[in-house]
Amino acid sequence: MKSKAPSCPYLLWMIIFTIIPLAMVIYYAFTDKSGNFTLQSFADSLFYTDVFVRSLWIALLSTAICLLIAYPLSYIMSRAKSSTRNVITMLIMLPMWMNFILRIYAWVLLLQNDGLVDIAVKLLGLDVPLLGTTGAVVLGMVYNFLPFMVLPIHSVMLKIDNRLIEAAEDLGANKVRIFSKVVFPLSVPGIISGITMVFVPTASTFLVAQYLGGTGDKMIGDVIENIFQRDKNVGSAISLALMVIILIFIIVMNKFGDEEAAVA
Amino acid sequence: MSEKTIISLKDIELSFDGEVILDKINLDIKDREFITLLGPSGCGKTTTLRIIGGFLEPDSGDVYFDGERINNVPPNKRNVNTVFQKYALFPHLNVYENIAFGLKLKKKPKDEIDRAVKKMLAVVDLKGYEKRPISKLSGGQQQRVAIARALVCDPKVLLLDEPLGALDLKLRKDMQIELKQLQNQLKTTFVFVTHDQEEALTMSDRVVVMNNGKIEQIGTPIDIYNEPANAFVADFIGEANILNGIMKEDYRVIIQGKEIECSDKGFGTFQPVDVVIRPEDIEVCKPEEGLLAGTVTSVVFKGVHYEMEIDCDGCLWIIHSTECESVGTKIGMRFIPNNIHIMNKLFPTENNIFKVTVVSSNSYENSMEIDIEDSVIKVDGYCYPEGSELEISLPPSDIYIAGDGNGALEAYIVSVIYKGEYNEIIMETENHTWLMTSLQDEQVATTAPICFKFDNAHFTLCSGSGGDSK
Amino acid sequence: MRSRRKIGSKIYVALVMVFLYIPIAVLILYSFNDGKTSVWKGFTLKWYYELFNNSAIMNSLYNTLIIAVLAAVISTLLGTFAAIGIYNMKKPVRSLVTTVSNIPIINPEIVTGVSFMLLFTFLGTLFNFEMGFATVLIAHISFCTPYVILNVMPKLRQMDYSIYEAALDLGCNQRQAFFKTIMPEIMPGVISGLLMSFTYSLDDFVITYFTRGPKFQTLPIEIYTMLKRRISPTINALSTLLFVITIAILIIVNIRERKTEKERMTD
Repeated sequence: MKSKAPSCPYLLWMIIFTIIPLAMVIYYAFTDKSGNFTLQSFADSLFYTDVFVRSLWIALLSTAICLLIAYPLSYIMSRAKSSTRNVITMLIMLPMWMNFILRIYAWVLLLQNDGLVDIAVKLLGLDVPLLGTTGAVVLGMVYNFLPFMVLPIHSVMLKIDNRLIEAAEDLGANKVRIFSKVVFPLSVPGIISGITMVFVPTASTFLVAQYLGGTGDKMIGDVIENIFQRDKNVGSAISLALMVIILIFIIVMNKFGDEEAAVA
Repeated sequence: MSEKTIISLKDIELSFDGEVILDKINLDIKDREFITLLGPSGCGKTTTLRIIGGFLEPDSGDVYFDGERINNVPPNKRNVNTVFQKYALFPHLNVYENIAFGLKLKKKPKDEIDRAVKKMLAVVDLKGYEKRPISKLSGGQQQRVAIARALVCDPKVLLLDEPLGALDLKLRKDMQIELKQLQNQLKTTFVFVTHDQEEALTMSDRVVVMNNGKIEQIGTPIDIYNEPANAFVADFIGEANILNGIMKEDYRVIIQGKEIECSDKGFGTFQPVDVVIRPEDIEVCKPEEGLLAGTVTSVVFKGVHYEMEIDCDGCLWIIHSTECESVGTKIGMRFIPNNIHIMNKLFPTENNIFKVTVVSSNSYENSMEIDIEDSVIKVDGYCYPEGSELEISLPPSDIYIAGDGNGALEAYIVSVIYKGEYNEIIMETENHTWLMTSLQDEQVATTAPICFKFDNAHFTLCSGSGGDSK
Repeated sequence: MRSRRKIGSKIYVALVMVFLYIPIAVLILYSFNDGKTSVWKGFTLKWYYELFNNSAIMNSLYNTLIIAVLAAVISTLLGTFAAIGIYNMKKPVRSLVTTVSNIPIINPEIVTGVSFMLLFTFLGTLFNFEMGFATVLIAHISFCTPYVILNVMPKLRQMDYSIYEAALDLGCNQRQAFFKTIMPEIMPGVISGLLMSFTYSLDDFVITYFTRGPKFQTLPIEIYTMLKRRISPTINALSTLLFVITIAILIIVNIRERKTEKERMTD
């Protein structure tokens, strides 16, 4: 029972199917079509810098909006009765079970000309196209990934020992103080988790922009998919860059989380 | 208790991560005895038990069972069963299935298993609990299921790893009596591990007192109590007044400057020794009638007796008596020779004696730096040439524990004995053992950062590049 | 003051729920629409009939289920044993292995998908095969197994190791002790890992997209293809059915959970 042997099959699997494919991405990123070492692929991918920046910006925006919507919801859920909480949790998770593409499609239906939301907006007097805008892309992202922000924050909030709140009350804190000095600091790990779980997929999705955005809204995921159809090297370079950016983001988030935890 | 040895441990040694856990353990366990391994946390008692059970292999040394060497025999093949500290009951099985577990493995016929389990349930007073799930049992009940499960396999030796630790006081005391009776009835050998000395004294035929991986003393409860081998045992078992004394000659000892007759011999002449006198063995009398005199500084009623603290020339004595004196009274203390017990000191010398190398010297400031176990320490007021080897005699008062957490070395505290006026603390670092005196009580089996002063140190040059000393 | 806050909270939760469910409601509504545009033409079930007659959809559904079942089972086996081995490793090695194991979880799906594509195209030219069922299955197993490990490890850590020793003490050899004590303890983690793997595999689009080769279709891929052609509201019918089945499964699971809890209480 003390042996590490049971993990051997998976370790082998990991090497072949996790490490080697990544090594191949790195390989292709640093070589050209004939296999010679070159940085040309990276140079070429600089052409897409604006797409990169736009993707990161949309991802940040979507993440921030998710956080703003999810945080109060998580707080309300954690203070609710157990039965209510379970129902709300289920209701939040249920859309996640619907196919991702269908959920985007639903917004296409709503935002297109004569779609329900379009009609509603026109009634308010605004005659703006809804589909094919950056706003629609952000809306789609928020819709898709809201549960990923709610669940970690809510789970961390649940774990906050009620006695800590009682201790704060005992020492004279009012509701606002209890929130800012006890609940919020202790919920930070959940916030960090949530931000990571939303930012990573939103920065790298493809399809959402294709369906909901205009021609100027292409995101880095769409670009990668497109490029790979003709140029493996540039595609790999861009993928590698994306991976590194995400990795840096995660490391920064973790460090931030540790500091907060230490201060709290 | 028979005379036959059932388990024998010879020269058992075990280290983990560079730390010595067991240091040459030798122990013979007799068939049918109730023997207890007693000591503070970290002394190695549970490790020793696990070696007997087969869950740990010693680095060197042999384990014998009934004359046969069983070092390589796995736990499932040993005629030994264990009651684990947190019971380790199988959570997905009920009471019956837990107890029947071992028998089912031996493929015993169903009716035989049934009878054995029911009988054992009656023995541990849990009749009718067969179908109960484990999660619905109280701590004491889980305890008894664990014991039943181990005993039903009819082992020659039962190992119990601090089984009563999680129970509250009254239940604990009841279980102590029950276990002792059970052992008498079954005539199985019980090897019991605990850190509670009262428990050990109550239940055992013999007690093995351990500290820091070594056996300090093996004996019956009475022997351990009345004739402890050293200050550690005297202090660990029961309450004691432990003082510094000088053995003038056989049968005569000097305590606090006063000479008195005692019943021990063989300690040499004018030798420093440790003296132990139990609080209940001190007779209170008029100040002029006693060997020593002092003032009562506190009186506490403990139910069974009064506990009085006496200040005798700056030295603290404890007396247990059914009568009390009021605070402030001057009293005298009388002892009979048989109640004065002499022991060898725990530390071989009066001062710390060790060798160091001079790393650098600064004759302008009259200071130097020395190397102790890879730690460089500055010494003011002494200067020896670089490279010389010095022998330092350092009194115990020149070592202290760093309050702010930054010390020269990290030391492991082996023993803390109160000697009436100060605490005598013995610590170990990687290559040295140190003697320290302190007014503060420290926690045994922890590590602490230590610092050195050299106010009263004495330096001797062993070898070096010549040149002047001071 | 309390009641005002309570009402505020209720309104907020309700708004979020509306936001989450309007799109789904629309999808369901239009699955019954007798017309192809967003103009309501009348109630009909014809899109459902068309759905069942659509062999492409049925075929892709079948593929999806096969892959999901196989991926879930294989990942669970691979992952459970891996978790046990990793649990026994010394701290530095264990951290390293866990980090590498989590790469498929942390990495953006598109990068994982692309990396698989590179590997399989390379191997494909080397060994002369095309991407398809096998490559999709391998890819799914690769991203499901880390989730199994993530589910089983906490159970191993929570477990009281001395019950394994107790089993040895009472006469089990190592294999017996493992199955009688460790297995029951980690089983909840194994099951949740299995379910998680099944779910992730069922719904995966991105990674399947890059490893399916020219012909292999799974349901998400089929949906994507259908959307590209923007044909009939059969898609709405499909999504409604998926939704209903999902609710049904969740309700059944919930009822069973409540049943076992009631049984536990009355004991």
